[in-house]
Amino acid sequence: MEYKDYYQILGIPREATQDQIKQAYRKVARKYHPDVSKERDAEAKFKDAGEAYEVLKDPEKRAAYDKFGANWRDGQDFEPPPNWDAGFEFRGAGYTGADATGFSDFFESLFGQGHRGGQRQHVFKMRGEDQHAKIIISLADAYFGAQQTLTLNRPAVDNSGHVRTSPHRLHVAIPQGIIEGQRIRLEGQGLPGYGGSPPGDLFLEIAFQEDRLFHAEKRDIHLILPIAPWEAALGATLTVPTLGGNVQVKIPPGSQGGKKLRLKGKGLSTSSQRGDQIVTLHIVVPEAKTEEQRNLYANMAKKMPFNPRAELGI
Amino acid sequence: MTEQRIYIQGMVLNEDTRCTLADLCRLCGVNAELVHDMIEEGILAPEGRSPQEWRFTFVAIKRVQTAVRLQQDLRVNLPGCALVLELLEELEELRRISRHN
Repeated sequence: MEYKDYYQILGIPREATQDQIKQAYRKVARKYHPDVSKERDAEAKFKDAGEAYEVLKDPEKRAAYDKFGANWRDGQDFEPPPNWDAGFEFRGAGYTGADATGFSDFFESLFGQGHRGGQRQHVFKMRGEDQHAKIIISLADAYFGAQQTLTLNRPAVDNSGHVRTSPHRLHVAIPQGIIEGQRIRLEGQGLPGYGGSPPGDLFLEIAFQEDRLFHAEKRDIHLILPIAPWEAALGATLTVPTLGGNVQVKIPPGSQGGKKLRLKGKGLSTSSQRGDQIVTLHIVVPEAKTEEQRNLYANMAKKMPFNPRAELGI
Repeated sequence: MTEQRIYIQGMVLNEDTRCTLADLCRLCGVNAELVHDMIEEGILAPEGRSPQEWRFTFVAIKRVQTAVRLQQDLRVNLPGCALVLELLEELEELRRISRHN
């Protein structure tokens, strides 16, 4: 088990006052709240801060924790000495906060099970908690629909009453035409209920993997299509990739760079909602490498009088 | 030997599904009073005139769940939740735009 430095987690000195602890906790909680923060490990940091505050806000628990002194470093291997808490009295349940299952083994070994007193003697009933997870899928999976196997870490109470996280495997169908930010609700796949009550639900939020060619905006798929100046000027029929495979697209004569063409139904569609693919033309000018090629451009300049800056008034 | 797998078919919470007040309360584990307060605060805007006719989009589920967490974890009050939700949605949109520019 790793030693957790609750002071370091909240970024405060060991001699901090109770008020300073409260302020530090509120600041960290706001910064790393999983609904607000986009940092990768925000949820873990938020939980650590909650656990640290749970101990440090209570003068008795704090005093017991402080008995270990400052010699321990965060993450160091740790076993509590026997009778480490002799002489300290913990009132009431081990957890005053609501979400005991989220706390670490370290917390559990110090303030968990043994100090809960009478709490476990009466059976209480409660629906299991909902669980939330984010899954990252490819655009192709969203386009076609897919089947995925997920592994979620979820807290479970083992036979000796300790909370451990254990992997939980789930096979989930990703329906066709799902879009970023949408959620799939899996009824009864959340955390187990207590006292024979039903389990909670699992909510999976969809995020998309970065794609080399395409990006999604709601139901529409965007692609930038490089074309030659003569294809833009004269029109052409070109092969264009879509998530569903290559298609032929007609470029009208006289197309300018930045022009958008809409390929209906080639985005993230469901049976009732249509997504399109939006193709943005990007004219690529070939480099004149030989004398003959330079002459071609010079000829064009002579034969096609053209001021691209007319709108700027110059 | 191939393993026979059953893939769970979840319910997609998307823009064309609607739920009733009772559904919303059950899904989010909240009482009707809180939903009512959230409507007053402009956090939720159901279709329909009376509570019996109210229909919520599934976006409402996310808003209720987020608001409840903000209340519990950060002690944000309801007007504060309304503000946070609006700012979060704006931020989300800005992040989406900046990702592709």
